[in-house]
Amino acid sequence: MAKNTLSSRFRKLDIDEFDENKFVDDHDEAVDNQGPDGTEIENLIRIGDTMTAFHLALRNPPLNTKNPAVKERALAIVLRVLTSFKSSDIEPAVKSLDRSGVDLLMKYIYRGFEKPSDNSSAILLQWHEKAFAVGGLGSIVRVLTARKTV
Amino acid sequence: MSLHQFLLEPITCHAWNRDRTQIAISPNNHEVHIYQKSGNQWVKSHELKEHNGHITGIDWAPKSDRIVTCGADRNAYVWSLKDGVWKPTLVILRINRAATFVKWSPLENKFAVGSGARLISVCYFESDNDWWVSKHIKKPIRSTVLSLDWHPNNVLLAAGSCDFKCRVFSAYIKEVEEKPGPTVWGSKMPFGEVLFESGPSGVSGGAGDGAGGGWVHGVCFSHSGNRLAWTSHDSTVAIAEGGKTSTISSLSSETLPLLCVSFITENSLVAAGHDCYPVLFVYDGTKGSVTFGGKLDVPKQTSQRGISARERFQNLDRRATSSETTEQGLESLHKNSIRWGCICVFLGS
Repeated sequence: MAKNTLSSRFRKLDIDEFDENKFVDDHDEAVDNQGPDGTEIENLIRIGDTMTAFHLALRNPPLNTKNPAVKERALAIVLRVLTSFKSSDIEPAVKSLDRSGVDLLMKYIYRGFEKPSDNSSAILLQWHEKAFAVGGLGSIVRVLTARKTV
Repeated sequence: MSLHQFLLEPITCHAWNRDRTQIAISPNNHEVHIYQKSGNQWVKSHELKEHNGHITGIDWAPKSDRIVTCGADRNAYVWSLKDGVWKPTLVILRINRAATFVKWSPLENKFAVGSGARLISVCYFESDNDWWVSKHIKKPIRSTVLSLDWHPNNVLLAAGSCDFKCRVFSAYIKEVEEKPGPTVWGSKMPFGEVLFESGPSGVSGGAGDGAGGGWVHGVCFSHSGNRLAWTSHDSTVAIAEGGKTSTISSLSSETLPLLCVSFITENSLVAAGHDCYPVLFVYDGTKGSVTFGGKLDVPKQTSQRGISARERFQNLDRRATSSETTEQGLESLHKNSIRWGCICVFLGS
Protein backbone atom coordinates (compact mmCIF):
# COMPACT_ATOMS: atom_id res chain seq x y z
CA MET A 1 0.00 0.00 0.00
CA ALA A 2 1.11 3.53 -0.57
CA LYS A 3 2.65 5.47 2.27
CA ASN A 4 0.11 8.29 2.22
CA THR A 5 -2.74 6.05 3.36
CA LEU A 6 -1.11 5.62 6.76
CA SER A 7 -1.53 9.21 7.77
CA SER A 8 -5.04 10.30 8.68
CA ARG A 9 -4.20 13.94 9.32
CA PHE A 10 -6.13 14.92 6.22
CA ARG A 11 -9.31 13.87 7.96
CA LYS A 12 -9.04 16.85 10.27
CA LEU A 13 -9.05 19.30 7.39
CA ASP A 14 -12.35 21.16 6.91
CA ILE A 15 -12.57 21.37 3.15
CA ASP A 16 -15.74 23.44 3.21
CA GLU A 17 -13.59 26.35 4.35
CA PHE A 18 -11.77 26.26 1.01
CA ASP A 19 -14.89 26.17 -1.12
CA GLU A 20 -14.93 29.45 -3.02
CA ASN A 21 -18.71 29.33 -3.40
CA LYS A 22 -19.30 29.01 0.30
CA PHE A 23 -22.29 30.94 1.63
CA VAL A 24 -21.02 33.57 4.03
CA ASP A 25 -23.71 34.99 6.23
CA ASP A 26 -23.77 38.76 6.29
CA HIS A 27 -24.06 39.09 10.03
CA ASP A 28 -23.66 42.60 11.28
CA GLU A 29 -22.41 42.91 14.81
CA ALA A 30 -22.45 46.66 14.88
CA VAL A 31 -25.41 47.68 17.02
CA ASP A 32 -25.71 45.14 19.77
CA ASN A 33 -27.91 44.59 22.77
CA GLN A 34 -26.28 43.35 25.90
CA GLY A 35 -29.29 41.53 27.26
CA PRO A 36 -31.50 42.41 30.21
CA ASP A 37 -30.28 43.83 33.49
CA GLY A 38 -29.97 41.03 36.06
CA THR A 39 -29.98 42.91 39.34
CA GLU A 40 -33.02 45.03 38.59
CA ILE A 41 -34.97 41.95 37.56
CA GLU A 42 -33.94 40.11 40.73
CA ASN A 43 -35.35 42.96 42.79
CA LEU A 44 -38.62 42.94 40.93
CA ILE A 45 -39.02 39.21 41.38
CA ARG A 46 -38.31 39.54 45.09
CA ILE A 47 -41.05 42.09 45.60
CA GLY A 48 -43.41 39.95 43.51
CA ASP A 49 -43.80 42.18 40.45
CA THR A 50 -43.26 39.38 37.98
CA MET A 51 -45.08 41.12 35.13
CA THR A 52 -42.66 44.06 35.00
CA ALA A 53 -39.72 41.71 35.42
CA PHE A 54 -41.08 39.73 32.46
CA HIS A 55 -41.31 42.76 30.19
CA LEU A 56 -37.88 43.95 31.23
CA ALA A 57 -36.36 40.56 30.63
CA LEU A 58 -37.68 40.48 27.07
CA ARG A 59 -36.30 43.85 26.16
CA ASN A 60 -32.84 44.17 24.51
CA PRO A 61 -32.44 40.58 23.41
CA PRO A 62 -28.84 39.78 22.43
CA LEU A 63 -29.72 38.68 18.91
CA ASN A 64 -26.78 40.09 16.98
CA THR A 65 -23.87 39.13 19.19
CA LYS A 66 -21.57 36.20 18.47
CA ASN A 67 -20.46 36.11 22.09
CA PRO A 68 -22.00 33.03 23.73
CA ALA A 69 -21.46 34.32 27.27
CA VAL A 70 -23.82 37.25 26.66
CA LYS A 71 -26.45 34.93 25.29
CA GLU A 72 -26.09 32.51 28.22
CA ARG A 73 -26.46 35.32 30.70
CA ALA A 74 -29.58 36.65 29.03
CA LEU A 75 -31.06 33.16 28.82
CA ALA A 76 -30.42 32.54 32.53
CA ILE A 77 -32.16 35.77 33.47
CA VAL A 78 -35.18 35.09 31.29
CA LEU A 79 -35.52 31.53 32.60
CA ARG A 80 -35.33 32.86 36.16
CA VAL A 81 -38.28 35.13 35.42
CA LEU A 82 -40.29 32.45 33.62
CA THR A 83 -39.87 29.92 36.45
CA SER A 84 -40.88 32.43 39.09
CA PHE A 85 -44.33 32.89 37.56
CA LYS A 86 -47.45 31.30 39.03
CA SER A 87 -49.42 29.16 36.58
CA SER A 88 -52.42 31.44 36.65
CA ASP A 89 -50.35 34.50 35.75
CA ILE A 90 -48.89 33.04 32.58
CA GLU A 91 -51.84 33.65 30.30
CA PRO A 92 -52.25 37.39 30.98
CA ALA A 93 -48.50 37.83 30.62
CA VAL A 94 -48.52 36.22 27.17
CA LYS A 95 -51.56 38.25 26.14
CA SER A 96 -49.74 41.45 26.99
CA LEU A 97 -47.12 40.81 24.31
CA ASP A 98 -47.25 41.86 20.68
CA ARG A 99 -46.51 39.54 17.75
CA SER A 100 -42.73 39.95 17.79
CA GLY A 101 -42.75 39.59 21.59
CA VAL A 102 -44.49 36.24 21.31
CA ASP A 103 -41.91 35.12 18.74
CA LEU A 104 -39.09 36.17 21.07
CA LEU A 105 -40.72 34.38 24.01
CA MET A 106 -40.97 31.20 21.92
CA LYS A 107 -37.25 31.43 21.11
CA TYR A 108 -36.39 31.63 24.81
CA ILE A 109 -38.77 28.78 25.66
CA TYR A 110 -37.10 26.47 23.16
CA ARG A 111 -33.66 27.48 24.39
CA GLY A 112 -34.87 26.68 27.89
CA PHE A 113 -35.99 23.22 26.72
CA GLU A 114 -32.46 22.46 25.62
CA LYS A 115 -31.15 22.19 29.16
CA PRO A 116 -33.90 20.89 31.43
CA SER A 117 -33.48 21.28 35.17
CA ASP A 118 -35.63 19.89 37.96
CA ASN A 119 -38.72 22.00 37.78
CA SER A 120 -38.12 24.06 34.67
CA SER A 121 -39.71 21.70 32.15
CA ALA A 122 -43.15 21.73 33.71
CA ILE A 123 -43.45 25.48 33.84
CA LEU A 124 -41.86 25.88 30.42
CA LEU A 125 -44.46 23.53 28.95
CA GLN A 126 -47.19 25.70 30.40
CA TRP A 127 -45.56 28.78 28.91
CA HIS A 128 -45.29 26.94 25.60
CA GLU A 129 -48.96 26.05 25.61
CA LYS A 130 -50.05 29.63 26.22
CA ALA A 131 -47.62 31.12 23.73
CA PHE A 132 -48.66 28.56 21.10
CA ALA A 133 -52.30 29.52 21.57
CA VAL A 134 -51.42 33.09 20.60
CA GLY A 135 -48.57 32.59 18.14
CA GLY A 136 -49.67 29.41 16.44
CA LEU A 137 -47.47 27.16 14.33
CA GLY A 138 -46.01 30.23 12.66
CA SER A 139 -44.20 31.30 15.81
CA ILE A 140 -42.59 27.85 16.13
CA VAL A 141 -41.58 27.92 12.46
CA ARG A 142 -39.96 31.29 13.11
CA VAL A 143 -37.94 29.80 15.99
CA LEU A 144 -36.66 27.12 13.61
CA THR A 145 -35.85 29.43 10.70
CA ALA A 146 -34.50 32.42 12.62
CA ARG A 147 -31.07 33.52 11.43
CA LYS A 148 -30.47 35.55 14.56
CA THR A 149 -30.90 33.30 17.56
CA VAL A 150 -31.26 34.30 21.15
CA MET B 1 -65.03 25.24 -7.45
CA SER B 2 -64.79 21.67 -8.64
CA LEU B 3 -62.64 18.79 -7.55
CA HIS B 4 -61.07 16.33 -9.95
CA GLN B 5 -58.72 13.59 -8.92
CA PHE B 6 -56.24 12.86 -11.69
CA LEU B 7 -54.11 10.13 -10.20
CA LEU B 8 -52.65 8.86 -6.98
CA GLU B 9 -49.20 10.38 -7.38
CA PRO B 10 -48.53 13.93 -6.32
CA ILE B 11 -48.75 16.54 -9.05
CA THR B 12 -45.50 18.48 -8.95
CA CYS B 13 -46.42 21.21 -11.38
CA HIS B 14 -49.14 22.22 -13.78
CA ALA B 15 -50.07 24.82 -16.37
CA TRP B 16 -53.36 25.81 -17.98
CA ASN B 17 -53.84 26.70 -21.61
CA ARG B 18 -55.35 29.96 -22.76
CA ASP B 19 -59.03 29.17 -22.19
CA ARG B 20 -58.61 26.64 -19.40
CA THR B 21 -59.85 23.75 -21.50
CA GLN B 22 -56.59 21.89 -21.27
CA ILE B 23 -54.16 21.35 -18.44
CA ALA B 24 -50.59 20.07 -18.57
CA ILE B 25 -49.46 18.31 -15.42
CA SER B 26 -46.45 16.35 -14.32
CA PRO B 27 -47.21 13.41 -12.02
CA ASN B 28 -43.87 13.56 -10.20
CA ASN B 29 -41.91 11.81 -12.96
CA HIS B 30 -40.13 12.54 -16.23
CA GLU B 31 -43.28 13.12 -18.27
CA VAL B 32 -45.88 15.77 -18.88
CA HIS B 33 -49.46 14.66 -19.40
CA ILE B 34 -51.94 16.93 -21.13
CA TYR B 35 -55.58 16.53 -20.26
CA GLN B 36 -58.44 17.88 -22.31
CA LYS B 37 -61.75 18.86 -20.82
CA SER B 38 -64.70 17.05 -22.35
CA GLY B 39 -67.97 17.74 -20.63
CA ASN B 40 -67.43 17.17 -16.96
CA GLN B 41 -64.46 14.88 -17.35
CA TRP B 42 -60.79 15.40 -18.05
CA VAL B 43 -59.43 13.05 -20.69
CA LYS B 44 -55.71 12.49 -21.27
CA SER B 45 -54.83 13.65 -24.76
CA HIS B 46 -51.01 13.78 -24.98
CA GLU B 47 -47.94 12.49 -23.20
CA LEU B 48 -44.75 14.51 -23.54
CA LYS B 49 -41.71 12.32 -22.97
CA GLU B 50 -38.34 13.87 -23.51
CA HIS B 51 -36.87 14.79 -20.17
CA ASN B 52 -34.45 12.51 -18.35
CA GLY B 53 -35.17 13.84 -14.91
CA HIS B 54 -38.15 14.96 -12.88
CA ILE B 55 -40.03 17.88 -14.35
CA THR B 56 -39.83 20.83 -12.01
CA GLY B 57 -41.64 23.50 -13.99
CA ILE B 58 -44.22 23.85 -16.76
CA ASP B 59 -45.56 27.03 -18.32
CA TRP B 60 -48.04 27.33 -21.17
CA ALA B 61 -47.91 30.51 -23.22
CA PRO B 62 -51.54 31.54 -23.79
CA LYS B 63 -51.18 33.45 -27.06
CA SER B 64 -48.56 31.49 -28.96
CA ASP B 65 -49.70 28.14 -27.54
CA ARG B 66 -46.24 26.87 -26.71
CA ILE B 67 -45.30 24.91 -23.63
CA VAL B 68 -41.93 25.27 -21.93
CA THR B 69 -40.84 22.60 -19.44
CA CYS B 70 -37.76 22.45 -17.27
CA GLY B 71 -36.45 19.56 -15.27
CA ALA B 72 -33.93 18.13 -12.87
CA ASP B 73 -31.92 16.94 -15.87
CA ARG B 74 -30.66 20.55 -16.29
CA ASN B 75 -32.57 20.96 -19.55
CA ALA B 76 -35.53 22.90 -20.82
CA TYR B 77 -37.66 22.09 -23.83
CA VAL B 78 -40.02 24.33 -25.79
CA TRP B 79 -42.93 22.30 -27.18
CA SER B 80 -45.02 23.38 -30.17
CA LEU B 81 -48.12 21.69 -31.48
CA LYS B 82 -47.60 20.49 -35.09
CA ASP B 83 -50.23 18.31 -36.77
CA GLY B 84 -51.73 17.34 -33.45
CA VAL B 85 -48.38 16.25 -31.96
CA TRP B 86 -46.30 18.23 -29.51
CA LYS B 87 -42.73 18.53 -30.81
CA PRO B 88 -39.91 19.49 -28.45
CA THR B 89 -36.99 21.84 -29.08
CA LEU B 90 -34.06 21.59 -26.72
CA VAL B 91 -32.89 24.82 -25.06
CA ILE B 92 -29.27 24.91 -23.93
CA LEU B 93 -29.46 26.49 -20.52
CA ARG B 94 -25.77 26.01 -19.65
CA ILE B 95 -26.50 25.18 -16.02
CA ASN B 96 -24.77 22.51 -13.99
CA ARG B 97 -27.56 21.93 -11.49
CA ALA B 98 -31.26 21.17 -11.79
CA ALA B 99 -33.71 23.74 -13.06
CA THR B 100 -36.36 24.63 -10.50
CA PHE B 101 -38.86 26.98 -12.12
CA VAL B 102 -39.78 28.34 -15.56
CA LYS B 103 -42.02 31.19 -16.69
CA TRP B 104 -42.86 32.74 -20.06
CA SER B 105 -42.59 36.52 -20.23
CA PRO B 106 -45.85 38.45 -20.86
CA LEU B 107 -45.06 38.93 -24.58
CA GLU B 108 -43.88 35.31 -24.86
CA ASN B 109 -40.67 36.17 -26.66
CA LYS B 110 -38.53 35.14 -23.69
CA PHE B 111 -38.71 32.82 -20.75
CA ALA B 112 -36.76 32.67 -17.51
CA VAL B 113 -35.54 29.51 -15.80
CA GLY B 114 -34.50 29.45 -12.16
CA SER B 115 -32.01 26.80 -11.11
CA GLY B 116 -30.02 25.26 -8.32
CA ALA B 117 -26.88 26.57 -10.01
CA ARG B 118 -27.51 29.90 -8.29
CA LEU B 119 -28.46 31.65 -11.48
CA ILE B 120 -31.38 32.53 -13.70
CA SER B 121 -31.25 31.65 -17.40
CA VAL B 122 -33.16 34.12 -19.53
CA CYS B 123 -33.77 32.50 -22.93
CA TYR B 124 -34.82 34.09 -26.21
CA PHE B 125 -35.15 32.81 -29.76
CA GLU B 126 -32.37 33.72 -32.17
CA SER B 127 -33.90 33.45 -35.61
CA ASP B 128 -30.53 33.59 -37.48
CA ASN B 129 -29.49 30.24 -36.07
CA ASP B 130 -32.99 28.99 -35.43
CA TRP B 131 -32.40 28.13 -31.80
CA TRP B 132 -32.97 29.36 -28.27
CA VAL B 133 -30.08 31.18 -26.61
CA SER B 134 -29.69 31.78 -22.90
CA LYS B 135 -28.19 34.63 -20.93
CA HIS B 136 -27.33 34.26 -17.27
CA ILE B 137 -28.14 36.45 -14.31
CA LYS B 138 -25.67 35.44 -11.62
CA LYS B 139 -24.79 38.22 -9.24
CA PRO B 140 -25.72 38.56 -6.44
CA ILE B 141 -27.70 35.33 -6.15
CA ARG B 142 -26.05 33.09 -3.56
CA SER B 143 -28.30 30.06 -3.50
CA THR B 144 -30.99 28.15 -5.39
CA VAL B 145 -33.64 30.22 -7.14
CA LEU B 146 -37.04 28.95 -6.06
CA SER B 147 -39.56 31.07 -7.93
CA LEU B 148 -39.87 33.73 -10.61
CA ASP B 149 -42.43 36.22 -11.83
CA TRP B 150 -42.35 38.68 -14.73
CA HIS B 151 -43.39 42.31 -14.53
CA PRO B 152 -46.04 43.34 -17.10
CA ASN B 153 -43.44 45.40 -18.99
CA ASN B 154 -41.73 42.19 -20.15
CA VAL B 155 -38.36 43.34 -18.80
CA LEU B 156 -38.33 43.15 -15.02
CA LEU B 157 -38.16 39.77 -13.32
CA ALA B 158 -38.73 39.04 -9.64
CA ALA B 159 -36.86 36.10 -8.15
CA GLY B 160 -37.20 34.43 -4.77
CA SER B 161 -34.23 32.44 -3.64
CA CYS B 162 -32.87 30.22 -0.87
CA ASP B 163 -30.45 32.94 0.20
CA PHE B 164 -33.40 34.47 2.08
CA LYS B 165 -33.90 37.32 -0.38
CA CYS B 166 -36.45 38.40 -2.94
CA ARG B 167 -34.98 40.50 -5.76
CA VAL B 168 -36.13 42.34 -8.86
CA PHE B 169 -33.76 42.01 -11.82
CA SER B 170 -33.75 43.49 -15.24
CA ALA B 171 -33.94 40.83 -17.95
CA TYR B 172 -33.71 43.29 -20.84
CA ILE B 173 -32.55 41.53 -24.00
CA LYS B 174 -31.67 44.08 -26.64
CA GLU B 175 -31.95 41.55 -29.46
CA VAL B 176 -35.66 41.02 -29.01
CA GLU B 177 -37.10 44.20 -27.59
CA GLU B 178 -36.99 47.96 -27.37
CA LYS B 179 -35.49 49.80 -24.44
CA PRO B 180 -38.11 49.90 -21.69
CA GLY B 181 -39.50 53.10 -20.24
CA PRO B 182 -38.91 53.94 -16.58
CA THR B 183 -41.07 52.19 -13.97
CA VAL B 184 -41.57 52.70 -10.26
CA TRP B 185 -38.78 50.19 -9.67
CA GLY B 186 -36.16 52.26 -11.47
CA SER B 187 -35.25 53.73 -14.83
CA LYS B 188 -31.85 52.28 -15.68
CA MET B 189 -32.32 48.65 -16.62
CA PRO B 190 -29.28 47.02 -18.21
CA PHE B 191 -29.39 43.24 -18.24
CA GLY B 192 -28.80 41.70 -14.83
CA GLU B 193 -29.20 44.92 -12.87
CA VAL B 194 -30.71 44.49 -9.39
CA LEU B 195 -33.45 47.06 -8.87
CA PHE B 196 -34.70 45.80 -5.54
CA GLU B 197 -33.49 43.42 -2.88
CA SER B 198 -35.36 42.45 0.25
CA GLY B 199 -33.63 41.31 3.38
CA PRO B 200 -32.90 42.06 7.02
CA SER B 201 -31.73 45.52 6.12
CA GLY B 202 -34.91 46.24 4.21
CA VAL B 203 -37.62 44.93 6.49
CA SER B 204 -38.87 47.54 8.88
CA GLY B 205 -42.60 46.92 9.36
CA GLY B 206 -44.11 43.80 10.83
CA ALA B 207 -41.58 41.63 12.61
CA GLY B 208 -39.52 43.91 14.75
CA ASP B 209 -36.33 42.00 15.44
CA GLY B 210 -34.98 42.09 11.91
CA ALA B 211 -36.61 39.04 10.38
CA GLY B 212 -36.30 37.99 6.76
CA GLY B 213 -35.02 34.64 7.87
CA GLY B 214 -36.52 32.16 5.50
CA TRP B 215 -36.23 30.83 1.97
CA VAL B 216 -38.42 32.84 -0.35
CA HIS B 217 -40.82 30.29 -1.80
CA GLY B 218 -43.19 32.33 -3.95
CA VAL B 219 -43.10 35.77 -5.57
CA CYS B 220 -45.74 37.65 -7.50
CA PHE B 221 -46.08 41.07 -9.13
CA SER B 222 -49.48 42.75 -9.03
CA HIS B 223 -51.31 43.40 -12.31
CA SER B 224 -49.93 46.90 -12.61
CA GLY B 225 -46.46 45.74 -11.68
CA ASN B 226 -46.17 48.35 -8.95
CA ARG B 227 -46.42 45.92 -6.07
CA LEU B 228 -44.45 42.80 -5.31
CA ALA B 229 -45.47 40.13 -2.81
CA TRP B 230 -43.42 37.20 -1.58
CA THR B 231 -43.87 34.40 0.92
CA SER B 232 -41.07 33.10 3.01
CA HIS B 233 -40.29 29.96 4.99
CA ASP B 234 -40.53 31.79 8.30
CA SER B 235 -44.31 31.90 7.82
CA THR B 236 -44.40 35.50 6.66
CA VAL B 237 -45.91 37.17 3.65
CA ALA B 238 -44.48 40.54 2.66
CA ILE B 239 -45.37 43.23 0.13
CA ALA B 240 -43.14 45.96 -1.26
CA GLU B 241 -44.22 48.88 -3.41
CA GLY B 242 -41.94 50.08 -6.15
CA GLY B 243 -40.64 53.52 -5.40
CA LYS B 244 -41.36 53.20 -1.71
CA THR B 245 -39.14 50.20 -1.20
CA SER B 246 -37.71 51.43 2.06
CA THR B 247 -40.87 50.32 3.83
CA ILE B 248 -41.90 46.73 3.42
CA SER B 249 -45.14 45.57 4.97
CA SER B 250 -45.11 42.05 6.23
CA LEU B 251 -47.36 39.78 8.19
CA SER B 252 -46.04 37.05 10.43
CA SER B 253 -48.78 34.48 10.17
CA GLU B 254 -49.73 31.73 12.59
CA THR B 255 -49.88 29.13 9.89
CA LEU B 256 -47.23 26.87 8.44
CA PRO B 257 -45.12 28.43 5.68
CA LEU B 258 -46.88 29.42 2.47
CA LEU B 259 -45.38 28.17 -0.78
CA CYS B 260 -47.10 30.12 -3.52
CA VAL B 261 -48.74 33.51 -3.72
CA SER B 262 -50.72 35.39 -6.32
CA PHE B 263 -52.31 38.84 -6.50
CA ILE B 264 -55.97 38.83 -7.48
CA THR B 265 -56.52 42.57 -7.31
CA GLU B 266 -54.08 45.34 -6.46
CA ASN B 267 -54.99 45.00 -2.81
CA SER B 268 -55.66 41.37 -2.20
CA LEU B 269 -53.69 38.20 -2.62
CA VAL B 270 -54.24 34.50 -2.29
CA ALA B 271 -51.53 32.24 -0.93
CA ALA B 272 -51.30 28.52 -0.19
CA GLY B 273 -48.71 26.22 1.27
CA HIS B 274 -47.95 23.57 3.85
CA ASP B 275 -51.25 24.19 5.58
CA CYS B 276 -53.34 22.63 2.93
CA TYR B 277 -55.81 25.39 2.24
CA PRO B 278 -55.65 28.66 0.27
CA VAL B 279 -55.72 31.82 2.32
CA LEU B 280 -56.72 35.36 1.46
CA PHE B 281 -54.68 38.39 2.51
CA VAL B 282 -55.66 42.03 2.21
CA TYR B 283 -53.13 44.81 1.74
CA ASP B 284 -53.80 48.38 2.73
CA GLY B 285 -51.48 50.68 0.82
CA THR B 286 -52.13 53.79 2.88
CA LYS B 287 -51.46 52.13 6.20
CA GLY B 288 -48.86 49.78 4.80
CA SER B 289 -50.34 46.78 6.49
CA VAL B 290 -51.11 43.23 5.47
CA THR B 291 -53.99 41.53 7.23
CA PHE B 292 -55.38 38.05 7.15
CA GLY B 293 -58.57 37.92 5.14
CA GLY B 294 -59.80 34.40 5.73
CA LYS B 295 -59.49 30.80 4.67
CA LEU B 296 -60.78 29.92 1.24
CA ASP B 297 -61.50 26.29 1.92
CA VAL B 298 -64.24 26.17 4.50
CA PRO B 299 -65.28 22.56 5.01
CA LYS B 300 -68.98 21.76 5.16
CA GLN B 301 -70.20 21.54 8.69
CA THR B 302 -70.96 17.93 9.47
CA SER B 303 -74.07 17.48 11.52
CA GLN B 304 -73.36 17.70 15.21
CA ARG B 305 -74.45 14.51 16.80
CA GLY B 306 -74.31 13.90 20.50
CA ILE B 307 -71.26 12.21 21.91
CA SER B 308 -71.56 9.52 24.53
CA ALA B 309 -69.56 9.48 27.74
CA ARG B 310 -67.71 6.38 26.59
CA GLU B 311 -66.59 8.09 23.39
CA ARG B 312 -65.48 11.08 25.36
CA PHE B 313 -63.20 8.96 27.52
CA GLN B 314 -61.92 7.14 24.47
CA ASN B 315 -61.04 10.41 22.79
CA LEU B 316 -59.37 11.62 25.94
CA ASP B 317 -57.33 8.46 26.10
CA ARG B 318 -56.34 8.39 22.46
CA ARG B 319 -56.03 12.01 21.57
CA ALA B 320 -55.86 13.87 24.89
CA THR B 321 -58.90 15.91 23.94
CA SER B 322 -62.53 15.21 24.54
CA SER B 323 -63.84 17.13 21.54
CA GLU B 324 -66.13 15.38 19.14
CA THR B 325 -64.31 15.79 15.85
CA THR B 326 -64.58 12.43 14.19
CA GLU B 327 -62.59 13.56 11.15
CA GLN B 328 -59.21 11.93 11.61
CA GLY B 329 -57.46 13.70 8.81
CA LEU B 330 -57.31 17.26 7.62
CA GLU B 331 -60.54 19.08 7.11
CA SER B 332 -59.44 20.79 3.96
CA LEU B 333 -59.97 19.70 0.38
CA HIS B 334 -56.26 19.24 -0.22
CA LYS B 335 -54.73 16.54 1.90
CA ASN B 336 -51.15 17.53 1.38
CA SER B 337 -49.11 20.67 0.81
CA ILE B 338 -50.15 22.97 -2.00
CA ARG B 339 -46.99 23.77 -3.87
CA TRP B 340 -48.05 25.50 -7.01
CA GLY B 341 -50.96 27.82 -7.24
CA CYS B 342 -52.20 29.20 -10.49
CA ILE B 343 -54.88 31.76 -10.01
CA CYS B 344 -57.03 32.56 -12.97
CA VAL B 345 -59.56 35.33 -12.71
CA PHE B 346 -62.48 34.88 -15.05
CA LEU B 347 -63.80 38.16 -16.41
CA GLY B 348 -67.44 37.69 -17.29
CA SER B 349 -68.82 39.15 -20.50
